[in-house]
Amino acid sequence: MDLTIGPNQFFWDADTWAGFYGEMADSAALRVVLGELVCSKRLPFYQDRIPAAVETLLDAGKTVALTSLALVTLKRERKLTADLGAMGVPVEINDLTALSHVPDGAEFWVGPLVNVYNEGTFRWLASRGATRICLPPELPLSSVQVLAALGAELGVAVEVWGFGRLPLAISGRCYHARLHGRTKDNCQFACEDDPDGLSVVTTDGQPFLAMNGVQTLSDSTASLVRKVEELRDAGVSALRLSPQTGAFGSVVAAYRGVLDGSVSPDDAARVLAALAPGGRLSDGFLTGARGADWSGVAV
Amino acid sequence: MTLEIVCPAGTPAALRAAVKAGAHTIYCGFADETNARNFPGLNFGRAEMAEGIAFAHARGSKVLVAINTYPRAGAEHLWHAAIADAETAGADAVILADIGLLAFAAEHHPGLRRHLSVQAAAANSDIINFYADTFDVKRVVLPRVLSVPEIAAINAEIDVETEVFVFGGLCVMAEGRCSLSSYATGESPNMNGVCSPASHVKYSEEPDGLAARLGGYTIHKVGRDEPAPYPTLCKGCFTAGDKTSHTFEDPTSLNAEQLIPQLAKAGVTALKIEGRQRSRSYVAQVVRNFRAAVDAVAEGRPLPAGMLARLSEGQSGTTGAYKKTWR
Repeated sequence: MDLTIGPNQFFWDADTWAGFYGEMADSAALRVVLGELVCSKRLPFYQDRIPAAVETLLDAGKTVALTSLALVTLKRERKLTADLGAMGVPVEINDLTALSHVPDGAEFWVGPLVNVYNEGTFRWLASRGATRICLPPELPLSSVQVLAALGAELGVAVEVWGFGRLPLAISGRCYHARLHGRTKDNCQFACEDDPDGLSVVTTDGQPFLAMNGVQTLSDSTASLVRKVEELRDAGVSALRLSPQTGAFGSVVAAYRGVLDGSVSPDDAARVLAALAPGGRLSDGFLTGARGADWSGVAV
Repeated sequence: MTLEIVCPAGTPAALRAAVKAGAHTIYCGFADETNARNFPGLNFGRAEMAEGIAFAHARGSKVLVAINTYPRAGAEHLWHAAIADAETAGADAVILADIGLLAFAAEHHPGLRRHLSVQAAAANSDIINFYADTFDVKRVVLPRVLSVPEIAAINAEIDVETEVFVFGGLCVMAEGRCSLSSYATGESPNMNGVCSPASHVKYSEEPDGLAARLGGYTIHKVGRDEPAPYPTLCKGCFTAGDKTSHTFEDPTSLNAEQLIPQLAKAGVTALKIEGRQRSRSYVAQVVRNFRAAVDAVAEGRPLPAGMLARLSEGQSGTTGAYKKTWR
């Protein structure tokens, strides 16, 4: 099993963004998906840095793909989506709109925001040219087992969401803008102040969710670090690690250590909890009663 | 041309009430996890579906069968059977969201008309044309993230029909792209056909009011004399930064009846009413109002105003994303 760095979900300034991919070039991850997933308004701030980041990663021996937006509505977003293939690396579709622009038979990847819940959809995507599918984080282990077995049969690599605040919803409305009494068109980039998302807490003070512009994330940082054995047995070939600020190299190293057997899952979980925004982990979508649950000891 | 009213029916009685009240079309689902309103005591058995469709057809109404959850890996046969049974029962179309299911229906039931569910959240003309070309989808139910001018622009670039929600519960998030409910409760619209399920709601009387919790998370707390809306997750009151507010959306529901003339101009074919969980008297009243409204628009008369406000959840209505400032 190996590691994929997923696309950054947050709004980072261009230097932080480029610095992150410089760091990932030296990490133990085998592949990196980059580009704008959440909000097309963020892209102009770092778009011209993407080619150099792709080149750095390719030079370091990483496999690279470019993500589509998660929700495509505007004309310029449609054009952006249609042009994704021009970079010369595979496109990871996170909205089926991107698939409508992939030439017939060309290789593409499928991201966790495309609804791949069953064999029929998996087979259909494979027949269209999907070579790698990251399953939706919501799926229970029983579904992951069925789909990973099918992936092995069809020669499609299957990934799962291994680390990061969970992408629970995407909307036409920007919640950062709403919080500041603005609209999406006049957002003034309020989300820039929260490079790991802004915590949404219940009125009883219980951490619950995190807002990230038009996206809603979990408060907890999902981690399947304690489930590696089950996932490996199922035939899952990669864990996806979703970028956050802080020592992300240490996150990658913790996962690599667990995959290699040199670090115990519980030791790694302690390291990861210390690095997670808010310090809370979850793995309930895979094996718990609900997504927010955590199978390990409370930290 | 008169806009088509597409009306919900959670029970055979609601179906009959909607037909009698003038609904052009009814949508409903089987009593299992294949449809996105999988609530206890709701929906249709196989024989009930056939009888309901016969009743509607005899009175000139159509029936659409929603099979719009995402089939569970290892159990796709349940969804495949639902499609076959809908065709046998005489359905005018099935409403599907899952790609695998669309491919299955196109291959095995080519004569059964296919509509794309709102749960597929097809939000631009490129993807709608793709669904039309690939799966011969004849109608798309648009997600509730688009403004009226955007809907008009989409209709100018596609050949299939569009259907839009005009009344009832309002998803704040792109439909079929939301797992908030399963994060808090383990049950989601995509997998289980439920959102913020009542089985996971607990109310508790506390010194500062009545708290409503979903999966242990407080969704809202109201004073003794205030109305207590159902604790739908995305309409809760939370704290973000230093602000306590309805972070995502107020406890409101969609009411776009005043936009019917604009939606007609935007090229929409059908207007959809949410609420398969609603009573037959509610359904009948909403249908009568909307039928009167679309007939008025078709004949160039002014709209009858504000009749539906008191039926709205939480007593307040919004036009949602149809107005751009909602974003």
